[in-house]
Amino acid sequence: MNNAIAVAGIVIKELYRRKDFYVLFILTALITLVMGSFKLFNDEKIVRYIKEICLLLIWLSSLVIAITTAARQIPAEREQRTIFPLLAKPITRGQLIFGKFLGCWIACGLALVVFYLFFGLISGAREHHWPLLNYFQALWLHWIFLGVVTAFVLLGSVVFTAVSSNATISFIVIAGILFVARHLNKIALQMAEPGRSILYAIYFAVPHLEFYDVRDLIIHELPLISWKILGLATLYGMAYVVFFLFGTWLIFRRKSLN
Amino acid sequence: MASPYLILVLLFTACLSLGSLVEPWYQTWKGGRQSANVLDVLIGDSRRMFANHFFAKADAYFHSGYYPTIFDSQKREEESHMVGGSNEADDEEHHQHDENCKHDESQGGKKVEGGFLGPPKDWIDRFSRNFFPSIHTHLGKNGNEREILPWLRMSAELDPQRIDTYTISAYWLRSRLKKVNEAEQFLREGLRANPDSYEIYFELGRIYDEDRREPQTARNLWEAALRKWQTHDKAGRKPSDLVYEEITGHLAKLEEKQGDFKTAIHYLKLLKERSPAPEHIQEQIEELEQKVLK
Repeated sequence: MNNAIAVAGIVIKELYRRKDFYVLFILTALITLVMGSFKLFNDEKIVRYIKEICLLLIWLSSLVIAITTAARQIPAEREQRTIFPLLAKPITRGQLIFGKFLGCWIACGLALVVFYLFFGLISGAREHHWPLLNYFQALWLHWIFLGVVTAFVLLGSVVFTAVSSNATISFIVIAGILFVARHLNKIALQMAEPGRSILYAIYFAVPHLEFYDVRDLIIHELPLISWKILGLATLYGMAYVVFFLFGTWLIFRRKSLN
Repeated sequence: MASPYLILVLLFTACLSLGSLVEPWYQTWKGGRQSANVLDVLIGDSRRMFANHFFAKADAYFHSGYYPTIFDSQKREEESHMVGGSNEADDEEHHQHDENCKHDESQGGKKVEGGFLGPPKDWIDRFSRNFFPSIHTHLGKNGNEREILPWLRMSAELDPQRIDTYTISAYWLRSRLKKVNEAEQFLREGLRANPDSYEIYFELGRIYDEDRREPQTARNLWEAALRKWQTHDKAGRKPSDLVYEEITGHLAKLEEKQGDFKTAIHYLKLLKERSPAPEHIQEQIEELEQKVLK
């Protein structure tokens, strides 16, 4: 575990040394502030559209950070040949993968905390109330989502040869799951066999990442999600994380590094 | 060999001269972009599609995010609750909604569990409903209706010819948010883009009648609305009968209040021609005729 934590530490340092996060955060803040500066119909209490824009930007930025950070971990080590001295140390390939995952996931979590702090400040300044528990639930679910994404992209990084192809395919798959996965059962019901069974199988197999997108609940100030449901969603997400990491390890343990 | 600086100056002068020659021709050229609006240039006619999207977004906000997607089998209502709320008949008859107001959807006369979502189809469907708005509610009465306005404003920016956007925004602005000046300003903006709109004239008349208490101006505006409606009708553009009933009904009421019963009868007769309940209008006419006789 110590080995994995040491690898994770390096990944976290890499994130705050790179400019990706800063650029995305400044862009998010700028766009939100500009949109918030419009005075529509002389009403300063209009706030939900700002929350919607800000949360959308946070989701996009976090997805970019998670995918680009996770996609380059193993290929970069191989290209720069730093993977050989790394694996020469008493560290297994499994520990390396887990460490890389942990580092990316914690780094994403840290970025999320900054983003949500900004979001809380902006919406609180307009609304004059702070539904902290709701924000915590949104942040937690968002972090679990990024955990699944990170594990999925790590799996992609040992399957695809180029970082760019992995990142592009991951973006498409994750966006597809977010937009369509919830509706696959409805589409399946309108299809004939064997298409129906195949689509239903895909529906049950894919990770339902839309569970973790609770932006509408935050925007429209709807009540808290039951903590039991939140726990179950966490377990569901963690199961997929373990599945993808295990898959990554299975491929990576016998992979030639030359 | 001439100095390169001189050549640069010569080229610059040539460019300037050619520019001044071409510019007036370009301004009158029919193939050029006539609009100075950046959005028009960038997205062209697809802005109407975006305008529809933002209009639907406003409706989704009105329902606190509870809104069907393209995948949900939903028999489309003729008009949204947001639109319905801006019609006077609905204003009076539609029950008062608040944040706790929940609806059961009905399809074909049968109550359906879960509204347009229907009953959960499987455990994933059931579980996912905890993470998005899955209960039909409307924005409360405490001024939350203001949240739909940015999307309506954006819709109007993208499609200034969509008249609903102006009338609905004006309704919420003046009736719930008590922003009469802003409502009038927005309607006048709509009128500049749609000078023949009887709906906007009618809505402006309501502002002057109900909020500003200026019956003379309201009368002028409603009469203008009636003339516009009749012009549309003569041109065969099938103007809305509902708005015609509203215009003539309001004019009749206004004249009755002002004591001009004969003109009120005239408007009621106009209303009777298109009303779905002409007997009821006839009763009103008879009542007024008796008043005239007295």
